[in-house]
Amino acid sequence: MTLEGVTQAPSTSTEGAAAASSAAASPIAAFPIGVSSAAASSAAASPAAASPIGVFSAGASPVTVPPGAAPPGVLEPPRYLGSRRRRPAVSTAVRVAVPLLLVAAWWYGTGSGAIPPDVLAGPGAVLGALGELVATGQLGDYLLASARRAGLGVLAGGGIGLLLGVVAGLSALGEELIDPTMQMKRAVPFLALVPLFISWFGVEETFKVVLIAVAAAGPMYAYSYLGVRGVDRKTAEAARGFGLTGPRLVLGVIIPTALPNILMALRICLSVSLTGLIAAEQIGATEGIGYLVTLAQQYYRSDYMVLCILIYAVLGLLIDLAIRGVERLAMPWRGHVAAR
Amino acid sequence: MSAPASSAVSIRGLRKAFGPKTVLDGIDLEIRRGEFFVLLGPSGTGKTTLLRILAGLELPDEGTVLAPRRRTTVYQEPRLVQARRVLANVTLGLPRSAREAGRGALAEVGLEGYGGAWPATLSGGEAQRVALARALVRDPELLLLDEPFAALDALTRLQMQELVAELCERHRPAVVLVTHDVDEAVRLADRVAVLREGSFAVEQPIDLPHPRDRSDPAFIAHRRRFLSHLGVAAASH
Repeated sequence: MTLEGVTQAPSTSTEGAAAASSAAASPIAAFPIGVSSAAASSAAASPAAASPIGVFSAGASPVTVPPGAAPPGVLEPPRYLGSRRRRPAVSTAVRVAVPLLLVAAWWYGTGSGAIPPDVLAGPGAVLGALGELVATGQLGDYLLASARRAGLGVLAGGGIGLLLGVVAGLSALGEELIDPTMQMKRAVPFLALVPLFISWFGVEETFKVVLIAVAAAGPMYAYSYLGVRGVDRKTAEAARGFGLTGPRLVLGVIIPTALPNILMALRICLSVSLTGLIAAEQIGATEGIGYLVTLAQQYYRSDYMVLCILIYAVLGLLIDLAIRGVERLAMPWRGHVAAR
Repeated sequence: MSAPASSAVSIRGLRKAFGPKTVLDGIDLEIRRGEFFVLLGPSGTGKTTLLRILAGLELPDEGTVLAPRRRTTVYQEPRLVQARRVLANVTLGLPRSAREAGRGALAEVGLEGYGGAWPATLSGGEAQRVALARALVRDPELLLLDEPFAALDALTRLQMQELVAELCERHRPAVVLVTHDVDEAVRLADRVAVLREGSFAVEQPIDLPHPRDRSDPAFIAHRRRFLSHLGVAAASH
């Protein structure tokens, strides 16, 4: 029978060993579930007695011992089921290992000639293209132009999405008014709106910002709605009892509590805005990283194509880092709540 | 209708039903200012409903219910906002100028210096004491306690009962405590009412001196009486 400490406080292996060595003398407080305490203590007093496992009471049919279970009477230190601290250095190494392996494979594949340059440009050619863009100052200009469009779009679309999500999450009337429309809107790919928006706004900046805003509003709405619905009703009720209503309730209780969801939404909004940039800057643009993608396609420049992918990858990484930073700053209480 | 000037709560002919089930059936109740009133009863008898009506969280179907506007509730769960620090939770909904009073209330419940802590780092008893401080800082005329000790371990529960008795002695709000713990009721109450099938089966003043001794024969007599009203055989003790 196994005397695993299922109902016991977490025990270190030395304690477990000590308990094991003294178990024959003292009945230790670890009963397998389903075994009556009388049976367990009699087992502890005479470990050589017939197996008490599965004995609920006289006459009950025994529970089958799962395969691989220890033989009866053998004590062992309880297997630790908690999480162990990971060393930061190991964690970081594992984190970067896969991207580095991909780069190495790319390097080797293109360098050895296994991948022809017109299929995939090698790291050297891509670095050359990057140098070109940096030297002419275009890279900075392009990034700035795109950041402005994406920033304005996410600000406007995310703001509207957040507002609608909070209203729908808080009030039944708001939910009835807003949710069906937003669900339908979410089903429409924002790229399908490009022709319509061009006919409305032309191909200038307004079109680009509006397209990104519309793309960003959807995820922000959905996640902030979920976040607000997830706020403990009882806590909100108590807050109302303490005189918090309307905007003060929203700002003091609802938004701070829903912040994890809202920041998750912001992460998705920013990723969506990168997609939006490609669509928006294909037309009527002379700068921007989406324009760069168009250029690479038009001139069939494999080095620029790969460079664009790398720029997007780095931007994705930066967005992730930025949101992690914001999460740490804006939600210090979560360090004590999150399982990991 | 107006209540006597000495009343903190005045209830006349209160009826409340949920679907076919009438939980409160013609309740009349006057609670004096500063009186500690305990509502005793098994679960599902409408104790909490009565308290929620007093808190303005449920509407009565019939009858008049009068309560002071300055009232506050401590619930079975602490109901702290996890995203706000302890002091911000205590002064929730109050102006910034209440922060000093908030610190004072924290000190009164024995949590001096906890203002900057996050609710998630507190033990169950500590969190419940924060909830108590959050109620106290509002200087209520009526304090509503909805089984505030039920989720605590036995030892913490005794300490909290002590603390509540002490604080109520000092601040003298009218108190409505809802509980199913007979000992708790006899220990704290000026008056106990047992709620059964929608009305008070018994209403009994407890005029033992504080602090009350559980082994006092009068204490035991009260306990036995309430237990029998609750349908529990009081053979033990």
